[in-house]
Amino acid sequence: MARRVSIFVTCIVDQLFPQVGLAMAGVLERLGYEVEFRQDQTCCCQPAFNSGYHVEARAVAAHFIRVFRDAEFIVVPSGSCTSMITHHFFDIFSGEEALHEEAGYLAPRVWEFSRFLTEVANVEDVGARFDGVVTYHDSCHALRELHIKEGPRRLLRKVNGLELREMSIAEECCGFGGTFSVKFPEVSGGMARTKIESITATGASTVVSIDSSCLMQLQGALAKAGSPIRTMHLAEILASR
Amino acid sequence: MWIKPAQEQGIRKTVADRKVQLAVYSATARLKEKRAEAVSPDVFPEYEELRSQANRIKQHALENLDHYLEQFEKNVESHGGRVIWAREGAEVADFILGLANERGVSLLVKSKSMTTEEIHLNERLEHHQLEAVETDLGEYIVQLAHERPYHIVAPAVHKTRQDIADILERRLHVPREEEPEKQAMIARRTLREKFLAAGIGISGANFLVADSGAVVLVENEGNVRLCTTAPRVHVAVAGLEKILPRAQDLAVFLKLLARSGTGQLLTVYTSFLSGPRRRGEVDGPEEFYVVLLDAGRTRLLADKEKRQSLFCIRCGACLNACPVYRKIGGHNYPGAYSGPIGAIITPQYQGLARDPWLPYASSLCGACAEVCPVKIDIPRILLELRKQITESRTGGLERMAFRLYGWLMRRPKLYALAGRMAGKLARIPGLAKLGPGAAWASQREIPLPAGRSFRDEWRERKKS
Repeated sequence: MARRVSIFVTCIVDQLFPQVGLAMAGVLERLGYEVEFRQDQTCCCQPAFNSGYHVEARAVAAHFIRVFRDAEFIVVPSGSCTSMITHHFFDIFSGEEALHEEAGYLAPRVWEFSRFLTEVANVEDVGARFDGVVTYHDSCHALRELHIKEGPRRLLRKVNGLELREMSIAEECCGFGGTFSVKFPEVSGGMARTKIESITATGASTVVSIDSSCLMQLQGALAKAGSPIRTMHLAEILASR
Repeated sequence: MWIKPAQEQGIRKTVADRKVQLAVYSATARLKEKRAEAVSPDVFPEYEELRSQANRIKQHALENLDHYLEQFEKNVESHGGRVIWAREGAEVADFILGLANERGVSLLVKSKSMTTEEIHLNERLEHHQLEAVETDLGEYIVQLAHERPYHIVAPAVHKTRQDIADILERRLHVPREEEPEKQAMIARRTLREKFLAAGIGISGANFLVADSGAVVLVENEGNVRLCTTAPRVHVAVAGLEKILPRAQDLAVFLKLLARSGTGQLLTVYTSFLSGPRRRGEVDGPEEFYVVLLDAGRTRLLADKEKRQSLFCIRCGACLNACPVYRKIGGHNYPGAYSGPIGAIITPQYQGLARDPWLPYASSLCGACAEVCPVKIDIPRILLELRKQITESRTGGLERMAFRLYGWLMRRPKLYALAGRMAGKLARIPGLAKLGPGAAWASQREIPLPAGRSFRDEWRERKKS
C-alpha cells in the first residue's frame, strides 16, 4: 500500500549534495512510497542554535513547523538535523506554549532516513547492489541522541556485493561540529585525520554515513591527504543497483 | 577578545606535537577502554541504575546544601575538628599561612587536589617562602617540571618515561633512570623524608559526608594516608559541592568513581577521616581542619539548569572520551580543569567574559555525557553558555551572518536564489577560500558546489 512521505532535504544536501536527496527519494519510491518535496522548506535551524543565536534559530524553527505541520511522515537524510527537530525544538520553544505543543506533535513524525526504513517501512533488503568494501561512520547525534547504531549496518549488510568492515573507532567524532570546524580548524582537522587513520586501516574503499556534514568533513580531509577513499551517504549506497 | 593569540598558538603547537599527541591519545585510550570494560553490563549490571541514583543524590544534596553543610560542620566539630569557610581561594591560603606561622611550620606535604590547583595554593604558599611538596607521583613530576596537571586523574599523562627521566635527573640530581618502577623508587625515597619532616599535610576531598562528618579520600599510592596522618596537622580543602548526605551514599559513588576514572572496582586505598587523633589512638594528626571553598560555586547553584555542573566527582572519564581534549591537551585549557568539564565549569567560575571561546571548543559530539557517571548533560550546558555569550555581546561579523541566515531561511524563494548565486560565486577561483573558507581549506579541500541544488533538480524532474 503506497503511502505518502514528505522529505526534508537538509540545507547541506540541498546545496552541496543533491544526489543524496535524489537517492533517498529514489529508494523511497522504489519501496512504493509517494514522495513529496515541499518547496518552502529551508533549514532545521541547527547552525544558529549550536552557535548560540537562539532568536534566529527560533525564527527558522518556527518556519520549519509552518512548512511541515500537516505532514504525516517527514523523512530526513541526516541524524543531526533529525535530532535538532525531535529533541532541541523543545528547548527553543520552552516557555511558548503553542509552539512547544506543535513541536511535540511534530517530533514523532520526523524520521531519520535509515530508521524510517528499518522501523516504518520494515525493510532491510532494499534490493540494492554495490560492489566493494565499505566501513560505516557513526555520526554523533544519530548515535548518542537518536541511538541509531545497528539499523544502518543491517541495511548495508543486505546490499548485494557489499562487504561491511568495522573500523576501530567508528563512534569517534569526525571533527566537523558546524562552526567548530572553522573556529578551531587545526583541532577539527586533527580529529578528521585520526578518524581517517582508522578508516584506512580497514582497507575499505568507501566510508558510509547517514550525515552529509560528517561526509563533507571526511571527504575534504581525505582529498587533502590524497587518499583514494570515497565518501557516500547511505542513501546513495541503497540507491545503487 | 575571543581568544588570545597565545592561547591559539598553544593549541596549534600541541596539535602539531606528535610526541605529546601519541602519549595523550594512547594513555586516554587505555583509560577509556578500562572504563568501558568495568561498566559493561555483564560485569556491572547495576551501572545505569547507579548513575541515575548518583544524579538524584547530588541533585538532592545541592538543593539542601545549607542543611547538609551545617550538619557536616557540627559533626566534624563533635569529633574535635574544625570547619573553615572560605569565600575565595585567597582565604584558604591565608588560613594555611596563619596556621604555618603559628605552628612554626615551613614544610608542607600535599596529596593530589584539583581544588588547590584551582586556587593556586602552591604558588601562594611559595610566595611566602613555604615549601609545599606534592606527593602523588604524577603530581610530583609536574611540580618538579614547573607545570600544571595535564589531566584530572593523570596529571603527568603527557610525559613519556624519557621525559620523566630528564625531569628527575635535572631536578633531583640523581643518575638518569628510565624504568618506571625505579623512577617511582627515586621519588619515594625523596618523598619519605618530606612526609616525616612536614608539619602540615594538605589534602583535597573526594566526598564530604554530612551525617558522619567524614572526609573521604580515594587513591592508589598510599601518599594520601601519609599526608593526612604523618604530619601534626591535617588540612582538607574541598569545594562545598563535595557534600553527600549519608555515609551509605558512598556505596553508590565509590563504585562509580573508581570504575569511571581508572576502570578499577575500587581504588587501592579509601580513607575515611573524621577528626584528629583521639585519646588512645596511635596515629593520626593532632589537629584536623576542613576548609570549605565557595569561589563561585554558590553563584552557580542559583542557576537551575546549569547547577548540575556541580555534580562532578572529578573522575576524568569525560576527558578520556573527548576527541577535543585528546587533541588540544590539558594545558591549553585556562584554569585548573581541562576537557569537557573544564569547558563548562571554568567559564562559570570565572565569568563568561574571560575566555568566551571555551564553550565553543567542542564539536558537541556528546561523548562526554555518555560516560559521565553522574549524568551531567555537558553538551546542553555548552549550548546554554554559548547562548549566554552571544546574548551578552553585540556586533561582529558572525552575528551579522546569522541575522542574514535567520532572515533568509524564512524566505524560501530568496534562499533558493541565494543558493544559485552562491553556487556560481564559489566557482570563481579563490573566492571560496575567503574568511571561514580559508580556515576550512587549511585542513580540508572545499566541496565543489553542485551544479544544481536538490530543489532545482526536483522541480525539473517533476516537469518532465
